[in-house]
Amino acid sequence: MSESLKPVTAIKAPVHLEFSYTAGRASTRFLRGMAQGKILGQRCPECGKVYVPPRGSCTICAVPTDVEVEVTGKGTVTTFCIVRIPSDSLSIDPPFTCAHILLDGADLPFFALIQECPFDEVRMGMRVEAVWVPKEELGPTFESIKYFRPIDEPDASFESYKEHL
Amino acid sequence: MAAEQSRLSATHVLEYPYRRSVGPIMGRFLTGLRDRRISGVRTGDGSIVVPPLEYDPATGAPVTEFVDVGPLGVVTTWAWVTTPRAKHPLTQPFAWALIKLDGADTGLLHAVDAGSADTMKTGMRVKPRWRDERVGDIRDIVCFEPEGS
Amino acid sequence: MRDVAIVSFAQAKNVRRELDANEVEMVMPVVSEAVEQSGIPRREIGFTCSGSCDYLAGQPFSFVSALDAVGAWPPISESHVEMDGAWALYEAWVKIQIGDIDSALIYAFGKASMGDLPDVLTLQLDPYYVAPLGPDSVSMAALQARAYLEATGRSERDLAAVAARSRKDAKTNPAAQVTGDFDPERLLGEPYLVSPLRKHDCPPISDGAAAIVLASGDLARKVCKRPAWIRGIDHRIEAHGLGNRDLAKSLSTAEAGRRAGLGTGAVDIAELHAPFTHQELILRDALGLGNEVRVNPSGGPLAGNPMMVAGLARFGEAARVLMDGQASRAVAHATSGPCLQQNMVAVLEGE
Repeated sequence: MSESLKPVTAIKAPVHLEFSYTAGRASTRFLRGMAQGKILGQRCPECGKVYVPPRGSCTICAVPTDVEVEVTGKGTVTTFCIVRIPSDSLSIDPPFTCAHILLDGADLPFFALIQECPFDEVRMGMRVEAVWVPKEELGPTFESIKYFRPIDEPDASFESYKEHL
Repeated sequence: MAAEQSRLSATHVLEYPYRRSVGPIMGRFLTGLRDRRISGVRTGDGSIVVPPLEYDPATGAPVTEFVDVGPLGVVTTWAWVTTPRAKHPLTQPFAWALIKLDGADTGLLHAVDAGSADTMKTGMRVKPRWRDERVGDIRDIVCFEPEGS
Repeated sequence: MRDVAIVSFAQAKNVRRELDANEVEMVMPVVSEAVEQSGIPRREIGFTCSGSCDYLAGQPFSFVSALDAVGAWPPISESHVEMDGAWALYEAWVKIQIGDIDSALIYAFGKASMGDLPDVLTLQLDPYYVAPLGPDSVSMAALQARAYLEATGRSERDLAAVAARSRKDAKTNPAAQVTGDFDPERLLGEPYLVSPLRKHDCPPISDGAAAIVLASGDLARKVCKRPAWIRGIDHRIEAHGLGNRDLAKSLSTAEAGRRAGLGTGAVDIAELHAPFTHQELILRDALGLGNEVRVNPSGGPLAGNPMMVAGLARFGEAARVLMDGQASRAVAHATSGPCLQQNMVAVLEGE
């Protein structure tokens, strides 16, 4: 009976691995800040750049960034895109806006959602602020910031963020 | 104490749902397993390689001739597992072994269900225990077992 | 050929679990230490090459984020191998041979504690015939150990003696993880992990990082009092399938050793990347190292075995003995793949 079966052309070879990540010193400080509704970055002792979120090192000077600085939730959109592709791994339905946001006082933009803003109004240089989850839901996670939304401030000049694209 | 409490960790699961194309040579071997048949290939110097490789390891020439081997074979080395791991093929203590099937010149890695380490011996003869539902996978052989069992 | 030497080496302490530092935080101190020790300003180092494994980190392209530790901006000349850092050193050595650079930084890191190392290592096996069965790294090594013991008539006592000597020598190595005085007879009273191997025959699971700086000719002489010159280096590989090669021998090590020029004179010490006790004996046989050669004075991988790091660390440890003036000719060896599948051998000399 098996002779009538087709020849084998493929096998299933799934990979399943489980890991436990440790955050490390810099990320732990940052995430603990998130749980308190604070955004904590680190300044390079040599070049003075402020990294948010910090990874514990200055990628230019290759030294530990051990000076902690708190920045506000206000910043500037340096670039953005509008996502229209659905994904099982996203907790949000498309379309939605993703942006690189350079917080005031920081030297490295990071990736976040923009909401409360029509798609055709999102733009480079737009000023935004963090919208946090309710206080009782704050935790040691980046998700303590729900998203960023526009604020009523004039756009930042291209000159002010062109080094951070 | 403070350091201990301030550490943060997170669980991360990595999964790849790979489906691998096996090609004509491995495909023929795996198709054979589904039919309870073990085959190897003949290489340029006449030796029989089991499981088959696509190319002669010595010359790089494609292999063309398939030869049925076994199903009995000889254990050439073995290792006794007292506490099987989750991904091992058997849940009771067993041996890993390299098995030179009758007619083959190379060893096949598989498990041997021998009951106890005292039963295991280099040179012992073993036979395959086939899975009832075979699909064309190395696990169509559940394991090997001592010839007389 | 250009003269190329190891001029500095730094290594993090091997630990079972590094809970406080992420990979960048593990790598940065050793890179900084190696660069500082080398005396070559970081911006003047011509090439940077690293060794690590994405499956260990559970992240594709995980090596990219580790570059935060080395000051990669503005863009540096950089490369990476998904192998032990010893192969990164080989790439850097070749790059220096080409002649457009005079120095290189090599680093390696591995944080096995984040996942289940035996499961991770199973993924390096043939995905069609072998990996579906789920054999783990200790079981594979145990198959080789029995093949070796039965082929040579050596005993489990010989293996225990290797473990006891390694742990004793490791007492003076501040980076070592498993150290102490152990009686081989007592070790033999321990139960098998996977017979014929006991726990002492196997390496510890380690987190760690290491870095080396290479420099050529005049630069090496300028920055280092006693550079560890790489007189020859070669690596060779064997069949993937365990059943397709003679597990009791390491033909690839023998060939790499011959091509590295090992046979041209006596050696004082050897740092062998033998994670399992029997593998040290197989490598000794393959390299023809007699009892007069001191093997793994650092304690070797049995005293600390950070994946992707332990091979590079052998080069560093061998070089350190030469730089300290305690020996004049040394062998450094690194391995990759199951049961010593691939092997690199280098002959190092002091001045």
